[in-house]
Amino acid sequence: MTANNGQNEPLAYTKKDFESGVDPRWCPGCGDYAIVNQVQKVLPSVGKKREDIVFISGIGCSSRFPYYMNNYGMHTIHGRAPAFATGLKISRPELMVWVVTGDGDALAIGGNHFIHALRRNVDIKLLMFNNRIYGLTKGQVSPTSELGKKTKSTPLGSPDYPFNPPALALGAGGTYVARVIDVDGPMMGAVLKSAAEHVGTAFVEIYQNCPVFNDGAYTFLTEKAVKAEAQLRMEQGKPLLFGKDNEKGIRFNPQTASLEVVTLGQNGITEKDILVHDARREDPTMAFMLANMSTRPGFPVPVGVFREVRQPTVEELNWKIIDDAKAKKGNPGIEELLHSGDNWTVR
Amino acid sequence: MSTQDSTAGRKGAGVEQIETVTIRFVGDSGDGMQLTGTEFTKASALAGNDIATFPDYPAEIRAPAGSPSGVSGYQVRLGSKDIHTPGDHPDVLVAMNPAALKSNLADLRVGGMLIVNVGSFNDQNLEKAGYKKNPLEDETLKRNYKVFLVDMNKLTDSALEGSGLSSKEIARCKNYFALGLMYWLYSREMEPQLDSIQTKFSKKPAIAAANSKVFKAGYAFGETSEIFFQRYVVPAAKLRPGTYRNVTGNLATALGFAAVARQTGKQVFLGSYPITPASEILHEMSYLKEFGVVTFQAEDEIAGIGSAIGAAFGGALACTTTSGPGLALKTEMMGLAMITELPLVIVDVQRGGPSTGMPTKTEQADLLMALFGRHGEAPIPVLAAQSPSDCFYAAIEAMRIAVKYMTPVLLLTDGYLANGSEPFRIPDASELPKVDVKYWTEKGEGKFLPYQRDEKLVRPWAIPGTPGLEHRVGGLEKDSLTGMVSYDGNNHEKMVKTRAQKVANVVEDVPDAVIDGPVNGDLLMVSWGGTYGSVRTAAEELRAKGRSVGHLHLRWLNPLPKNLGEMLRSYKKVMVPEVNSGQLAFLLRGRFPGVDPLQFNRMNGKPLRVEELAARVLELL
Repeated sequence: MTANNGQNEPLAYTKKDFESGVDPRWCPGCGDYAIVNQVQKVLPSVGKKREDIVFISGIGCSSRFPYYMNNYGMHTIHGRAPAFATGLKISRPELMVWVVTGDGDALAIGGNHFIHALRRNVDIKLLMFNNRIYGLTKGQVSPTSELGKKTKSTPLGSPDYPFNPPALALGAGGTYVARVIDVDGPMMGAVLKSAAEHVGTAFVEIYQNCPVFNDGAYTFLTEKAVKAEAQLRMEQGKPLLFGKDNEKGIRFNPQTASLEVVTLGQNGITEKDILVHDARREDPTMAFMLANMSTRPGFPVPVGVFREVRQPTVEELNWKIIDDAKAKKGNPGIEELLHSGDNWTVR
Repeated sequence: MSTQDSTAGRKGAGVEQIETVTIRFVGDSGDGMQLTGTEFTKASALAGNDIATFPDYPAEIRAPAGSPSGVSGYQVRLGSKDIHTPGDHPDVLVAMNPAALKSNLADLRVGGMLIVNVGSFNDQNLEKAGYKKNPLEDETLKRNYKVFLVDMNKLTDSALEGSGLSSKEIARCKNYFALGLMYWLYSREMEPQLDSIQTKFSKKPAIAAANSKVFKAGYAFGETSEIFFQRYVVPAAKLRPGTYRNVTGNLATALGFAAVARQTGKQVFLGSYPITPASEILHEMSYLKEFGVVTFQAEDEIAGIGSAIGAAFGGALACTTTSGPGLALKTEMMGLAMITELPLVIVDVQRGGPSTGMPTKTEQADLLMALFGRHGEAPIPVLAAQSPSDCFYAAIEAMRIAVKYMTPVLLLTDGYLANGSEPFRIPDASELPKVDVKYWTEKGEGKFLPYQRDEKLVRPWAIPGTPGLEHRVGGLEKDSLTGMVSYDGNNHEKMVKTRAQKVANVVEDVPDAVIDGPVNGDLLMVSWGGTYGSVRTAAEELRAKGRSVGHLHLRWLNPLPKNLGEMLRSYKKVMVPEVNSGQLAFLLRGRFPGVDPLQFNRMNGKPLRVEELAARVLELL
């Protein structure tokens, strides 16, 4: 594949150029394999040189990711990857920075860094592998585990409500928020590509199966028999239809100010009544309603891009301030630095 | 009050030349005492005095007015000789209200001058201060001190009569009355202050005019009131020729980092989170963007250092600034910087601890944490600044070592250095220590080995954007060459020892310890950090009395100077004065078997008092 680095110099990379040669050490059947494979497939087309791409991770199964990529990488501290990434991106805005994290890493110990990265709209690609369990520590409840879930640390059922990650990301001001499923390679590839192209924090929640500690967490979505009914595939500019024959749809009901499931042909419903997906609305309200649908009984789980809006990033804003200061004050030397303020001379 | 020289005309009021004087301004935290103190300091600096200052303010921004907890103070010592401390006891106390008098009177030197704003001594304020009766009516006060009662409230009011300002605005001008009076008393020129008022209040001309008027009124009061029969002059000190400015330790730290940015042409990145008493470094550096400084106020202490490590991986000269509680939060990150071997400077402006402790008061109790406070075997170089202006050089040195040895370096300052000030002789760019920054770019044969070391055991700094050197770093133990994850126990042991040896090698950059005083003697005082000034002064005073007392000050705490053991053993007794319960003394006992230092420890939130320390040494001799 050929891409462009901005200097009209073609970059002829293949997937192989992004493989570090280190064999991944995830459990057999882990959803992470599919994700690393898709990321390596997408990178040749993002228009960045291999040495200008950095992968940063925290701690957890997903966080081994940087070791498998033939780029610069940092495997850091539990929950803190966005902090490193923000520092690096502000310092070196020309780099492309990816953060790889998990549900425990990003939303429990790293919740603070997660929301602040989104608030600042720092231009990083934030991939969160959500398996709804702590895998590396062998099976405790996570911030996305369902209420009542029995795990090693909640043998009698979890009393904690889970986070809905896209809703949380939107609430924190996320300019790009998406969800994909590990087994859906084509959709993951397309979303990763658009996340790579987004300028600003691109948050992608990846539903990922942990075959050892939470096997089958997403079969309610992925089994062939239920897939069409359970997933709502959001596509820009297209009506939000689902079901075996696309016979169902999502309608905005102005009376209740909420979304509802309707069936085409029933009660006079036609395709005109169905909400057309527009991820590019400035107002995040509709994206938030769609995100909240994920946990409502009787509703399908939306997958695809919830929101994609261009806003200035923290590094753009920061460097504008720096460049303005430099333009105003010229290029002063150490003498000017040290002689600023009141001074006096002793002879 | 006698007016012996009234015949000579007030302008000719007797002018006594004095070598040094310590003045403390105290009032409500809303009274503007910090401003009064800094302005008087500036005037003294411009007049060529050597100075040292010590602000002392409450943690609360506005504690209840008139209460002892809301008292804010600013002490300045000026001299025509070399001075190292802001003084033990003020010679002059300017007290703006009863609470300020009550909480500071005990410090005033017996026979000292007490200037009181008598206008604020009403029943209500006396009660708030906890006085049952007016202390100014107490005869012993006048026997012990030279008391000057001035109704600054009333005099300020009458100076601003018809100004149209509200009574609240008028009340806020009275610190300028006190300042004007002190200008007269210490024979200062009025003009620079009038200019300064114009600049400071340029956006509020009415306030500028009022403050100027009140300042002049204060000055005129001194001249005409016949209360003061004596003026003073402190001649210029014989400072080393050069251009000077007044700096606090925090400002000097910021200037040091910015100087590194300008000198190297590389970006200095500060990732920080606000915390008393370190925040001013972030504030100051945020103004220095045109010199190549990038600042980032993170969401918490951990992200502050995390962002800095991220920037260091990208090739920036990274630093983070904090105080005790923040240092505790940063410890895991410091371990990561240590094991990944990335350059980073962590500045800990120490304050009273543990926990939130005393945020605005000074202490030296983070030493052992700085040296050992990380999990696993994680030694890092540690140095400490010794005076406000020394923070400038300490910041540069910390960055120089961090980059030279690819390691985090911890720089200790403290609340006293951070907020205290002194004249700083501005160096020429050519006099500055050189920070060498080299990024690795060579793509040798085969795979790049990010943990292959040079003869000093330093690994290469290869940064993103460099083709062919793509590599991964992380917190897991790594193979000694490839840097890839390794759980091999023997490799781990080798890496632990190698990293420790690399940090030990920094000793080549640590100058030998020097004793101020005789080569051999009776008692050697060993200090580190902000106690330098007090200990140096005590040693000088004791030697002037014929005592065989030496002083050795440690700039580097890890590694310690090569010759330290030999120096410690060259005196009969070793004594370690510290503002903690004996942390350096503990360290020296462990490091130098047979050396059992005597201790002098205070933890009262203040710098060590010279006379107290000297008295203790006399007991021990």
